[in-house]
Amino acid sequence: MIHARGLARTFAGRGKGKEKVEVKAVAGVDIDVAEGEIVGFLGPNGAGKTTTLRMLTTLLKPTAGSATVAGFDVATQSQQVRRSIGYVSQSGSTSPEARAGEEIMDHGMLYGISKQQAEARGRELFGQLDLEGLWTREPRAMSGGQRRRLDIAMGLVHDPKLVFLDEPTTGLDPQARANLWTHIADLRTNLGSTVFLTTHYLDEADALCDRILVIDHGTIVASDTPDALKRQVSGDLVQLVVGDTEQAARTAELLGGIADAELTTDGAGVSARVRESGTKIAGLIRELDAAGISLESLEVRRPTLDDVFLDLTGRSLREDA
Amino acid sequence: MRGSFWRETVIVFRRQLRMALRNPAWVIIGLVQPILYLVLFGPLLEPIAAQLGAQNAYTLFVPGLLVQLGLFGALFAGFGLIAEWRAGVIEAERVTPASRTALLLGRILRDVLQLFVQGIVLIGLAFLFGLTGSILGMVFGLILTVLLGAACAAASNALALTTKSEDVMAPVINSIALPVLLLSGILLPMTMGPQWLQTVSDFMPTKYIVNAIRELFLGNFFTLTTMWGVIWTIVLFALGLYVGTRTFRKENA
Ligand SMILES: Nc1ncnc2c1ncn2[C@@H]1O[C@H](COP(=O)(O)OP(=O)(O)OP(=O)(O)O)[C@@H](O)[C@H]1O
Ligand SMILES: [Mg+2]
Repeated sequence: MIHARGLARTFAGRGKGKEKVEVKAVAGVDIDVAEGEIVGFLGPNGAGKTTTLRMLTTLLKPTAGSATVAGFDVATQSQQVRRSIGYVSQSGSTSPEARAGEEIMDHGMLYGISKQQAEARGRELFGQLDLEGLWTREPRAMSGGQRRRLDIAMGLVHDPKLVFLDEPTTGLDPQARANLWTHIADLRTNLGSTVFLTTHYLDEADALCDRILVIDHGTIVASDTPDALKRQVSGDLVQLVVGDTEQAARTAELLGGIADAELTTDGAGVSARVRESGTKIAGLIRELDAAGISLESLEVRRPTLDDVFLDLTGRSLREDA
Repeated sequence: MRGSFWRETVIVFRRQLRMALRNPAWVIIGLVQPILYLVLFGPLLEPIAAQLGAQNAYTLFVPGLLVQLGLFGALFAGFGLIAEWRAGVIEAERVTPASRTALLLGRILRDVLQLFVQGIVLIGLAFLFGLTGSILGMVFGLILTVLLGAACAAASNALALTTKSEDVMAPVINSIALPVLLLSGILLPMTMGPQWLQTVSDFMPTKYIVNAIRELFLGNFFTLTTMWGVIWTIVLFALGLYVGTRTFRKENA
């Protein structure tokens, strides 16, 4: 559905005073998305997610590279590309003074669908996205989350085969977020749609996506399934708290025997990364027992995508960036 | 042109008109503007018209007001576009397969319709004040005004999409509008001024348009003055649409 090669975009920016600096927003990315996939595009603020999406949706000309979307070249067949996709931008799509229902119908009709069809599909989406009763409401009189869901409905009104969602869940409460996840998953189940979405939320990418592309500073630093990415991190984080610092030293020795990385001691606490900890922890507990060490607490944390991100970029991905 | 082009134009036009009509300020100010000019400014001009040897003050005055409505109303049309751009509406429309020209034309048509209604109110009211002249000429005059307004609206939309900032756009518009207003003989014919001012005004296309509309109001269809006005209107119209369409087509506007 999406094939991009060396896609890049530079902006002419301005440095201090009048000197011109070039901002490399996207520095040559290769993207391949198959039909029916849900792919997450994960990266911190300014990583180049929106810029990439705007190039793939024909809103922005790439400065280098090429891309085909839904089988059409974004540079030379933009019209056909637009016909095949839906796009929910990061920053809204409706006039504050318009009426929600009319906005969605006009939008659908610009895709060539009939008025009746646009209205029917629009009302259906309003129902699914918990916007009942807001059909004649002006967006300026809607809450941020309601407006966000209206944006999403706008992008889906013509039942596109390929949907681009730029941070669809920002500003949504946990319940609305979970509801939207179900809705996005249903897009594939019911319509066979392909979904390409950007997000800052690791749990979102984990819960929703078959595959994750991690982008940082305009380059893709990883591309794999959520599980495989998590496996890249050297094991689960095993954290032990024991009776005193003396015991901690002995515990560190024992834990060191099975640890793969990051063995640290902090007072009475000891922690390390252990691969396949499930099979090794039992033995460790027996050994601690035999050594007469009193175990106060034991915690095993599976690696999160946050850990992956830290590993890949050396920076933590803030959850609420 | 593709059949879908007109359909898309109508969708955009209808959306614009619907939102404008729901805004009472837009409707009231639009209608009150021509009335105020006529009521508050007209009486001042009557003695001057006599001085100039005009039979009827309003055949002199109303064409000027028409052009002024066209120029000013339309030149400021772009401000609405900036607000829409900021709300993400433009990008949302540009990601659809709709023709870029249709996105522009639908908007211009709303401005043109506004101008048309204002023009009718103005002319109709002027009759009450004592306007006489060729009705057919007035119809043609109104058409020229509307074409000029379309050109200005297109240019204004193009400028809005390029600058994307009211703060940049306002001074640009003002610095264009003021000399045009003063040098086109909109309120008073340029022939009243000294020679140097007349020479400068010869470079102002809108002067020829105002003069042509004055001729048309008097029923003089086939004079050189009328011809020049028509030519300039068509030139400006084509130029405005060209610039506007080009800007709307640009991939990253
Ligand atoms: N029109 C523009 N002109 C100049 N620089 C730009 C422009 N648009 C984006 N940039 C720069 O390009 C870089 C990437 O921006 P982009 O919007 O793609 O980031 P993002 O990954 O979507 O971030 P966020 O998570 O904040 O939405 C940023 O450094 C940004 O400042
Ligand atoms: Mg973004």
